[in-house]
This record gives sequence, structure tokens and C-alpha cells, in this order.
Amino acid sequence: MIKKEKNKLNKLDYNIRLSRNICNKLLTYTIIVFSLISIIPLLLVLIYVLIKGGSQLNIDLFLLEPQPPGSQTGSAGGIGNAIIGTIIITAIASLIAVPIGVGGGIYLAEYSKGGFFSKFIRFGTNVLAGVPSIIAGVFIYAVVVVTKVIIGSSFSGVAGGMALSILMLPMVIKTTDEGLKLVSDDLRKGALGLGATMYTTIVEITLPHAFKSIATGIVLGLARAAGETAPLIFTALFSYYHISSFNDIFYEMSSLSVLIYNFALEPYSAQNQLAWAASFILIFIVLILNIFSRLFSRRKSY
Amino acid sequence: MTNKTKISLENVSISYGESEAVKNVYLKIPAGKVTAFIGPSGCGKSTILRSINRMNDLIEKCSLKGRVLYEGQDLYSPNIDPIEVRRKIGMVFQQPNPFPKSIYENIAFGARVNGYKGNMDELVERALRKAAVWDECKDKLKESGCSLSGGQQQRLCIARTIAIEPDVILMDEPCSALDPISTLKIEETMHQLKKSYTIVIVTHNMQQALRVSDITAFYNAEVASGKSGGKIGYLVESNDTEKLFNNPDQKETKDYISGKFG
Ligand SMILES: Nc1ncnc2c1ncn2[C@@H]1O[C@H](COP(=O)(O)OP(=O)(O)OP(=O)(O)O)[C@@H](O)[C@H]1O
Ligand SMILES: [Mg+2]
Repeated sequence: MIKKEKNKLNKLDYNIRLSRNICNKLLTYTIIVFSLISIIPLLLVLIYVLIKGGSQLNIDLFLLEPQPPGSQTGSAGGIGNAIIGTIIITAIASLIAVPIGVGGGIYLAEYSKGGFFSKFIRFGTNVLAGVPSIIAGVFIYAVVVVTKVIIGSSFSGVAGGMALSILMLPMVIKTTDEGLKLVSDDLRKGALGLGATMYTTIVEITLPHAFKSIATGIVLGLARAAGETAPLIFTALFSYYHISSFNDIFYEMSSLSVLIYNFALEPYSAQNQLAWAASFILIFIVLILNIFSRLFSRRKSY
Repeated sequence: MTNKTKISLENVSISYGESEAVKNVYLKIPAGKVTAFIGPSGCGKSTILRSINRMNDLIEKCSLKGRVLYEGQDLYSPNIDPIEVRRKIGMVFQQPNPFPKSIYENIAFGARVNGYKGNMDELVERALRKAAVWDECKDKLKESGCSLSGGQQQRLCIARTIAIEPDVILMDEPCSALDPISTLKIEETMHQLKKSYTIVIVTHNMQQALRVSDITAFYNAEVASGKSGGKIGYLVESNDTEKLFNNPDQKETKDYISGKFG
């Protein structure tokens, strides 16, 4: 290493041989390499699934029911019912998680005074966010499926939705809480100073202001829920048939993730192919949801 | 003109948690006049102002002793609804805080929460005119309130407060974030407003107090005797503005005023 000369002329030129500059460059390149490595798995997965599953896209895939392995037709059918199933189950999950989560977030951000109770809830939310999804499944299995509390049905789409809502809930609470906390206190005081009630202030001023981040949280929660498999194996199980009436949500229901799980392990290539196609669709849905959340968070509010 | 008292503070002391912020304030605020609060920073002007429409309720640990009477009713007696208090006694803050809604909606919001049933367009125009921003806003009522300049925003906030048709308007350093021209406009606005409202304004600007107020209350702070070593504010004197600035009763007042001017 060259010894630093005393710089009598106050020269400000960039000196590449200075050890701090070498170090700086080196670290910069290392970090670039690492970040490239970190997105390689994502790219590989996307490309692989695209090649394996994308090639089988056709109308039948979206319309037909899947065929059990070894059926006479030789074809594995489609994943129409699984797509619908995933949509229904995540819709049920958000019907449960969004009101409870947004309500909880509003309580934490607007009403709680930072006492024991709210600390306890925040802590609980963080713990819930870290609960393995299979536990959520087993929990609903024990509480809902085994006991048949919901109009006597055991495995059902509703139970699946309940399991997924447990996974969505912490995400929705947190983003609501944090979104509301970002709203400037001046706005709140402005509204309250005009004689508005807490309710009016929250509904008309703070919630609309935090809408973007809440919507983002909900969509990301949905994306997470849509891809879960373990909780559904214990709750919604699987079905080979299209749903035909509203009552079908109280029976076993198929979903993309469980279809992948079931069919990818079959020793029949037709079923394996179908699993790839389902993977493609599932990744596509998750991707779309993520893009949606980006759009939400970029949407300009006043 | 008879000097009817609108608000009177009787031996009011306010504390944040353990530490007392202002103590033993006796003050009468006459109806239909502008009363200015002056005094060094931290002497409790905002604290007293907020106590008049119970905005201190929003600050945890803030407690009040003594009585704040509005037309003879004790604002802190248990049967009083703070929401009703704030509808009668509106507040304009130091930082302009328009809602992120259209200019029209900013005004309509306050009117609606107060159950205004009449013609909203008319009310919006009337409020904006009274606050002297109508000319600047009339062509962009649908645009966001945040798209206005700081001074216009502050006048919008004043208009918003006027729209709830309060009886008293409290203003906490409404011009501190504004340029001299906007400041003058707001002062003109105040001259208009005092025909129909009682106004209380906190200001650090002596000339402003002289220009706009009829009564001036001077607060000061002293080092607390207790362990904390913090300062406690108190009211030194309140008088007609003319008298307080030219011939104050207290030497303290004189020192403060001459210190600032000389
Ligand atoms: N929200 C609060 N929580 C705790 N203490 C506070 C709070 N607001 C004010 N105080 C304290 O009360 C005292 C008076 O504050 P206040 O804001 O009323 O002063 P002020 O006269 O308005 O000052 P300024 O001219 O700087 O606005 C100060 O010592 C301050 O530290
Ligand atoms: Mg202040």
C-alpha cells in the first residue's frame, strides 16, 4: 500500500490507490454480487415454472375438473375448480381478517393509550405473524373440523378460510396500525378542534389518509394466504369437483396449493403436468396481487 | 359598549403529569373583542389556550385545577360534552392543517359534523369570504386544500373554523409560518371577524398584538421552587392593549416589552 503523502497543495483529486477507496470499491462490488445472487432463486423459479407450466395453458385447463390418477381418459383434466376454490377460500379469509384486523389496527393506533393492553395486543400480533402456518391449520382442524361446529360440516372451504384468516390477521392489523400512525396528528387535532367526534375523524379523515397502506397490507396478506398449503390440508382438504351451489362452501373444497401438493407427488406424468400448470397459475396470481399492492402504494392521494 | 365577559378563568392551574406548567391564572376574556396572549416561550400560552376548548383532553396526563367558565358554565364539570365545547369554541393551529380533501370539502366537513342543513355552496362561499380567501379559491374549489400556499392554507383553516359557526375562535400563533403579506391579510380577517366572534390569539409578535388586539394578557415564567427545576408559567397582567404597552401596571411587563422593542 502506498503511504499517504502529506498533501500540501490541498489537492482534491480522487485517488484510487488510497486504501479507503479500494476498500469502498471492493465492498460495493461484493454487495452487488450478493444482491444478484439473492434474486437468482426467484428468477430460476419463475423461469422453470413458466417453462414447465406455461406450455400447458389452454381453455380446458381453466374449465375442467381434475381427474384422479389412473383414470381411463389418460388426461388429468383441468384446474378450474381449484382456481375457483382458491379464490373462494381467500375471499372467506379476508371477510374474516379484514374487519377484525382493520378494527384492531384502528384501536391500537387511535384509541389505545399505549398501556398494558395495547402492548399486549401488539406483542400478540407479532407472535401471531411468526406462527407457522401449519399450526394455524391444526388449530382450526381441532377447533372447527373435528368438532363440526359449523352446521355439522367437517372439512370445508369455510374452515380453510378461517385458517388462512389467522395468517392474514397480523399483516392487516400491523399495516393498519402503522398506516394510521403515519397520519399527522395535526389533521386529527384539526378535525377534533372543529368539534368532530372520534368516529367522524377516523372515518372521514384518518382512515382515507391511511387507505393506501391498509390496502397494501390487505393485498399482501391475500397473496400470502393464497399460496399456503399446510393449513388447507387440515381444513379444506381437496375435492375433484366444481362447486355447484352456495352450500358447497361447507364441504371439502379444492385449492391450487393443495392440488399441487397432491398431484406433484403422484407417479403419473399427466397429474404432474397438471401440478406444474397449477403452479404457474398460482405464481401468476400471487404476482398480480403483489403488483396490485404496488399500484395501491403508488397511487397519489391528495 | 358594555364589556360582557365571554370566558373567565378562575384560579386555573394546569399540569402535565407531575410538572406544573401554569398556575393560578385569573383572566376575563370579554365578548366581541380580540384578546392577545403574549409572553416568552414555554410560559404556557398554548396550554391556557387549549384549556379553553378542552383540546388538552387529547394530551394524556394533562390535568387542570380551577374553573374555566364559558358564559357562566364550568367547561370542566362532568356533564359538559367536550365535543359541544369545541363546536362553540373553534381552534386554528400554528401550522396550517388543511384536510387532504378538496377546498370545498374542507369547509363542508366542519359544517356537516355540526349538522348544518342549509345550502352548502352558500356556506362555503360565505366562510371563504369571511376569511378573505374567496378570491384566491373561487376557481379551484375542487382542488386539494393542500395545493394552496401556506398563507392561503391558514386562511382556509380559519374559514373552516368559521364554517362551524362558533362563538369563540382560538388562534395559536396563526401567522408564525406566514410571510408578512399573508400575515396582514389574516390580521384584516381578524378585524372583520371580531364583529361577530370573540377571538383569542397567541402571538410572539408584539406589533401584531398591538395591531389586532383590544386586550392583551402577558404571561411569564419563573423557575419552580420544587425539585424538578422546571419553569412554571403565570399570568402577569391583562389590560387594555393600549395601556399594557404604554403604561403597564407591572414592572415585569414593562421590562419584557421594552426589551423586545428597544
Ligand atoms: N404535550 C405536552 N406534554 C408535556 N408537557 C408539555 C406539553 N405541552 C407543553 N408542555 C409544557 O408546558 C409548558 C408550557 O408550554 P406551552 O406550549 O403552553 O408554552 P407556550 O407559552 O405556548 O410556548 P411557545 O411560545 O413556545 O409556543 C412548557 O414547559 C412545556 O414543556
Ligand atoms: Mg405555544
